[in-house]
Amino acid sequence: MAARELTYADAIREGLREEMRKDERIILLGEDIKINVWTVTRGLVEEFGDRVINTPLSESGFSGAAVGAALTGMRPVVEIMYPDFTLYAADSIANQAAKYRYMCGGGDFRVPVVFRIAGSGSSGGSGCHHGQSLEATFIHFPGLKVVFAGTPYDAKGLIKMAIRDDNPVLFYEHKLLYGVKGVVPEEEYVLPIGKADVKRAGKDVTIATYAWTLHKALKAAGQLAKEGIDAEVLDLRSLRPLDKEAILESVKKTGKLVTAEEGTKMGGVGAEIVAVVAEEGLQYLDAPVKRVAGAESIIPSSAYADQMVVPQVEDIVRAVKEIF
Amino acid sequence: MAKADQETVSKIYRNMVLVRLFDDKVDGLVASGVHITQHSTRGQEATTVAACAALKTTDYVMPYHRGWGWAIGKGMDPKILMAEVMGKRTGCCAGKGGVHIADWSLRIMGRPGVQAAHIPIGAGVGLSIKFRKTNEVVLVFFGDGASNEGNVHEGMNLAAVWKAPVVFICENNLYALFTPNVETTSVKNIADRAQGYGIPGVVVDGNDALAVYDAVQQAVQRARSGLGPTFIESKTYRLSGHTSMDRFHLGGYRPKEEVEEWEKKDPILRLRQRIIELKMATEAELNRVDEEARQEIEEAEKFGKESPYPTREEIFQDVYVD
Repeated sequence: MAARELTYADAIREGLREEMRKDERIILLGEDIKINVWTVTRGLVEEFGDRVINTPLSESGFSGAAVGAALTGMRPVVEIMYPDFTLYAADSIANQAAKYRYMCGGGDFRVPVVFRIAGSGSSGGSGCHHGQSLEATFIHFPGLKVVFAGTPYDAKGLIKMAIRDDNPVLFYEHKLLYGVKGVVPEEEYVLPIGKADVKRAGKDVTIATYAWTLHKALKAAGQLAKEGIDAEVLDLRSLRPLDKEAILESVKKTGKLVTAEEGTKMGGVGAEIVAVVAEEGLQYLDAPVKRVAGAESIIPSSAYADQMVVPQVEDIVRAVKEIF
Repeated sequence: MAKADQETVSKIYRNMVLVRLFDDKVDGLVASGVHITQHSTRGQEATTVAACAALKTTDYVMPYHRGWGWAIGKGMDPKILMAEVMGKRTGCCAGKGGVHIADWSLRIMGRPGVQAAHIPIGAGVGLSIKFRKTNEVVLVFFGDGASNEGNVHEGMNLAAVWKAPVVFICENNLYALFTPNVETTSVKNIADRAQGYGIPGVVVDGNDALAVYDAVQQAVQRARSGLGPTFIESKTYRLSGHTSMDRFHLGGYRPKEEVEEWEKKDPILRLRQRIIELKMATEAELNRVDEEARQEIEEAEKFGKESPYPTREEIFQDVYVD
């Protein structure tokens, strides 16, 4: 298998390009999608022409329009520039896309739309209107699938699968991951939605995490190894459906659980994972669980201060050590 | 300009009567304790029924909450409609949509419960038609209340900038729930807002079925020929309350005299008179149509009542495509 390195942004673009070549029903919509601030869709207009549509600034509108196009035979991939802006589009996503099929009694009503929720996460003073991690908000809605890749390999495999899925899929992207490089085979592949992945095997503690925080967890695991703690890093990849089996299997093996995410702690992804383990695997735990998450605060629009409100490597290390 | 031919006028009349009798039937059922959510069509049968008469079966309708005119107008069997609003598995949405009526075979694209959510969805259906080059059109119905939602602005701008084959039809019945729209709406003619999107804005007498048909027919032709959306405002009035729970609509938030004035403009009586004037049918023939419609609605009630509810298992199906 030919190995080469691609960035996360390039990997998503390659996934989009491959699928668009195969299926002319796929169209891209979003603000500034032709040149694209994130570079993800840059250059696709040259190959796919009017299938790449710059929309007006109207997140609710173009997200709703994508639902209409999806219902009637297209397969739109929408970019919402920041998770913060999904709150404008929340009705189109969570009330319409998620529920349309059910309300119409199933049958031929399908909403094969992908919402690429770009620019997630806090960095460089992006602040509380361009830097929130809101993926937990949407895991509350049956009818949606929610994925968040942490590596270029996973990003390409999951965007392709998201496009092929007949259900609405939220595909989150982290602004600090776009430039991260990783091995992506040239051969075609897809990854299933709903499967977590052990990114580092270990026997002493499970760190369940995803996205940019995955990389912090891997660093934390490296530091912990030097202190004799062998951490398993479980990359969730899919937040709805959640791979309960993988979580329980890992906790069964390690007996300890720490969750790590960038979003705020209350009602977060970690809360859900901990609840799953409490309900279905409490007997596996030999220590209290720990949740490392964004602070219960507002993200300051300050490059000096914004990393204080999101988990750092040392926060994960500290949380693990607290239960040993 | 295509004026309605005799066959079309007959169909419009028949469907308007069906809608009226359907509402009468639901009124009775609700009064007898059957749980049905009803936003009565009474007084507004002309617009949605006549508008749908200007469509082909393959054209799309994005309905809204008021009434059943768009459902029966687009060809839905009252039996299927009745079963659905009663929550039965023989309904068009398997008993899970209730008043949120949809039917893929009739291209009735689902009625959202959130006001104006469907305006951009309709724009997207229009975009899809353009990509698929199928030469269909989509009618998007909404009320004066929803006209103030941000989604109307976003959806109309999208449809206009895409020159999508969309016809927006706003039924202005003067009240949003219990609030008169003079308290909430900055313009007298909501269709004036069409100017802001560079599309034609047309005001039509919404209680004149044939005038509605003509206006919609023109807008549909314009959309089909690639010239983009039209915004039609239909001036009308609901003769019933907002829902069957509305106890204030007679002399509460609106004067009785106003309701009585509009009773005189009843769109069914007006069309009946017009048909007789045009010698398209005799009074006796129309009475026969009324009687047939009455029987059809009786059968719908029977079918709805006799149909089973969905099973518990079915209630939990269709959340995802398997």
